[in-house]
Amino acid sequence: MAEASARPVYWWRVVTVKTLMHLLALLPLVGLFWAANAGRLGGDPVQYIIHFTGKGALNCLMITLLLTPLARKFKQGWLLQCRRLIGLYVILYASVHLLSFIALDLVWDWSLLASEIVERPYILLGMLSWSLLLALTVTSPMAVRRRMGGQWQRLHFWIYPLILLVVWHYYWSVRSEVVEPIIYALVAIWLLSLRKDKLKAFAKPIWSKQPKTKTKVA
Amino acid sequence: ADLSFSQPQAYVSDEILTPFDKVSQHNNFYEFGTDKADPARNAQSFQTNPWQLKVEGEVGSSLTLDYDDLMQSIPLEERVYRLRCVEAWSMVIPWVGFPLAALLKKADPTGSAKYVAFETLYDPNQMPGQKSRLMGGGIDYPYVEGLTIEEAMNPLTFIAVGLYGKTLPPQNGAPVRLVVPWKYGFKSIKSVVNIRLTERRPPTTWNQLAPHEYGFYANVNPEVDHPRWSQATERRIGEGGLLSAKRIATLPFNGYGEQVAHLYAGLDLRRNY
Repeated sequence: MAEASARPVYWWRVVTVKTLMHLLALLPLVGLFWAANAGRLGGDPVQYIIHFTGKGALNCLMITLLLTPLARKFKQGWLLQCRRLIGLYVILYASVHLLSFIALDLVWDWSLLASEIVERPYILLGMLSWSLLLALTVTSPMAVRRRMGGQWQRLHFWIYPLILLVVWHYYWSVRSEVVEPIIYALVAIWLLSLRKDKLKAFAKPIWSKQPKTKTKVA
Repeated sequence: ADLSFSQPQAYVSDEILTPFDKVSQHNNFYEFGTDKADPARNAQSFQTNPWQLKVEGEVGSSLTLDYDDLMQSIPLEERVYRLRCVEAWSMVIPWVGFPLAALLKKADPTGSAKYVAFETLYDPNQMPGQKSRLMGGGIDYPYVEGLTIEEAMNPLTFIAVGLYGKTLPPQNGAPVRLVVPWKYGFKSIKSVVNIRLTERRPPTTWNQLAPHEYGFYANVNPEVDHPRWSQATERRIGEGGLLSAKRIATLPFNGYGEQVAHLYAGLDLRRNY
C-alpha cells in the first residue's frame, strides 16, 4: 500500500476524472438552456432558473469542500488537483444565477437592484457571496497564487465562511419551503466540522489581535 | 368544458392578456407541490365533479351547491382582472364566474355576519402536498382565507368557475375559486368547499405561517414592501418568451382603488398590511 500511494499519478486518470467533472458540471446548465428555449419550464420559468442555478452553485461549492476530506480519507491526493476546476463552476453557476436575477427578474432595473441590495439582507448576503467568489476566482491562477505568497491562504480561507453565507442566503430567500435549506445548512456545518483544527488555527490570529484587558484565571 | 356567459362592458380590458398556457402552467397551489410547474403536473387527475360547496354560519338559510349548481344557478359572466402575486409578478386573466355577493345574498346573511371564512378541500389522497410536509411547503392544511363582509360584498369580489371561456383547469383551483383582484394572489383561495360567515375574524393560512410577512388584508400596495423584497414594481407575464417580460409600476389596490379604497378609509394600511 505504501508503494501504491507513492506511485506517481498517471496523467490519464486526472484527465479522465477532470473531463467527467466538466461534463457533469456543464450538462445541467446546457439542459436548462435547452429546456428554457424549448418552453419546457412552465409558464414563467424565471424563478425556476434562478433557483436551479443558485442551487447548482451551492452544490459545486459543497463538492469542492468535500474533495479534501475525501482525498484524505481514501489517500487520493490527486483529487486536490480538481478543486480549482469545480471552484470555477461555482462562480459560473453563481454568475448565471445573479445575471438571471438582474436580467429576467428585475429586467435590468439597476436602481431597483441597488435598493434591493441596501434594503434586503438576503440579497446583500448573495451579493457579498458573489463578490467573495469573484475575489477567489481572480486569485486562482497559479501565477497570482505564487505572487501572493502567504496572503493567498488567508484570502482563500474565506471559502469556509462563504458556505455559511450562501446557505443563509438560501434559507432567507424561500417563502416557506425551509426543509431543503436546513439540510444544506447541516451538510455545510458537517463539512466545516471536518476542518475544526484548521478553522481554529486560522481564526486564532484574528482573535489574538484584540488587546487583552484581563488574563483569564483558571 | 365550454361555458356560456355574458361579457359585461365594465369588465372588458384593453390590456394584453396573459396567454392560457402561462396562466395554466405557472401556479402557486402548494397542495400539488411548491414549484410553479408542479400543480400543472400533479393536479390533472384531481376530481372536481362531484363537488360540494357549503355556505353556512351566520346566515338565514345555509346552502349546499353541487357541481351543476355552481355552473348554472347564478348567471355566468366574463371579467378580465389583473392578478398580482405577492412574489411581485403579475398576469391579466379572463375569468368566468359570478360575484360572491350574489351567492352570499342567496344565503341571507344575518346582522352578526362580520367576516367570511373560506376553506379549500382537504383530501391528502388527491393532494400530495397535504400528505407530505416536504412537498406542501410546511403549511397546515386545509388552506384557509378570509375577508371582511364589506370586502366580500364588494361588486369586484368574484367567484370563478372558469377561465378563457372554459371550466377551470384543476391547477387553477377547479371547480370553484375566489378571485379578489385588489389583493395579493394568495387571498384568492382555490378549490373551495366551505364558505362560512362569522362574527370574528377567521385565521388565514399565510398569516398564520409568517405573520410579519403576510397580513389579513394583503391589499396590493406599492408603498408597503414585503420584508424581503420590494412591492413597488412587478414583472408582468405577457406574451412572448423568457426575455420579453416587462417590469411595470405596481398600483395601489392593483389599480382598483376607485372601487375599493373607501373600504379602508381611516385604516392605517402600513400597519394593516
